[in-house]
Amino acid sequence: MYYPGCSLKDTAIGFEESAMYASEQLGIHLKELERWNCCGTVYSLATDNLMKQVAPIRNLVHAQEEGYDTLYTLCSMCDNTEKRANRLVQNDSEKLDKINSFMDLEEDYRVEVTVRHYLELLRDELGWEKVSKPVQSPLDDLKVAPYYGCMLTRPKEIGLDDPHNPTVLDDLITSLGATPVDYPYHSECCGSYNTVENQEIVLKQAAKISEGADTAGADLLITSCPLCHYNLDTRQREYAQQNPSHKPVPILYITQLMAVAYGNPDVCRFEEHAIDPSNTIPIKTKALNKR
Amino acid sequence: MKITNSDQDLVAVVEELSGQNLYACFQCGKCSASCPFTDEMDELPNQVIRRVQIGDKRILSSRSPWVCASCLSCEVECPKGNDIPAIMEAIREINLRRNVDETDLNKLDTDGLPEIALVSNFRKKTG
Repeated sequence: MYYPGCSLKDTAIGFEESAMYASEQLGIHLKELERWNCCGTVYSLATDNLMKQVAPIRNLVHAQEEGYDTLYTLCSMCDNTEKRANRLVQNDSEKLDKINSFMDLEEDYRVEVTVRHYLELLRDELGWEKVSKPVQSPLDDLKVAPYYGCMLTRPKEIGLDDPHNPTVLDDLITSLGATPVDYPYHSECCGSYNTVENQEIVLKQAAKISEGADTAGADLLITSCPLCHYNLDTRQREYAQQNPSHKPVPILYITQLMAVAYGNPDVCRFEEHAIDPSNTIPIKTKALNKR
Repeated sequence: MKITNSDQDLVAVVEELSGQNLYACFQCGKCSASCPFTDEMDELPNQVIRRVQIGDKRILSSRSPWVCASCLSCEVECPKGNDIPAIMEAIREINLRRNVDETDLNKLDTDGLPEIALVSNFRKKTG
């Protein structure tokens, strides 16, 4: 059971389409949750306002109603919000009761749904060997910077990897035949929603993170967060326009790198990226040739 | 600094909203060392906590809680297990619950921004 979240249907459509393609190659069928709503994007930290927990819990109720015990996510922010809301009601039955009675849906949430990120599916259920199998165009000479950001590994209670020394993206990169590069900013925040009202913060972070990756020799950077993608891609281009000496680093979603390695970059919608990955990825695609 | 009863209220409200123990903080500064946005803040994260500890209500008008993006860099470092972003959220909430939104919708240029940025911004900066 797959929960896309809003971005995957709009600005991150290339993330969803490449994930669908990569999953098919791996024999995984991502069945979309029939009734889903926005998770709220950020987990509410105020202890007394349960209103903001309703959105993520509703998605879990819908997964339960449709008969599934696991909800798979692609977006790091959805993953984080759903997991933390789930954890809140796992540990606090009084809050669960309040949310259930407020929602007044057909069913109460029984706290039996597990939220898992697509990377956990690849690592823990499939294994990296199987992820390697469909590789048609090994990314031999490609050096890739893994960008974990905040939401995959923090807080530790729900993180899918070690918050200080995560390896899951490095392992994905290796399994696709490329080389992961180590750089200091793999888990540093991109500035998140400051991109709305405080763009300067995000411009600085986009420059710092991409320059850090470039200095370490990376050809491109991968992420699983649509907000990080926007900040590192679009804001990095703005920074590059203001600073011509900046070398732009293309930003790919995790499943776009998989689709490229599996031989079908056309599903990636690279034409929608602010920083063109076509010079970096040595494969001519229909979409890129249209330029 | 003189601590009056009303100053103590600030600690109680922040503790209630955040679910954190403010007096557990012994000012080691690891939160501030790990924060990527201290350049943009008028008070470092550990200074925000200190001001709440001593009941200094001027902290309610600090820019720091609005710069904090809840990235949790500090949360994984705190040796006392405090969730510092929850403390920042408590200070944001105290302001938002006075019916003063941080984001002025009339002045906001949303052109080209993805929904994930707008929704998260509104969830954190409007009441």
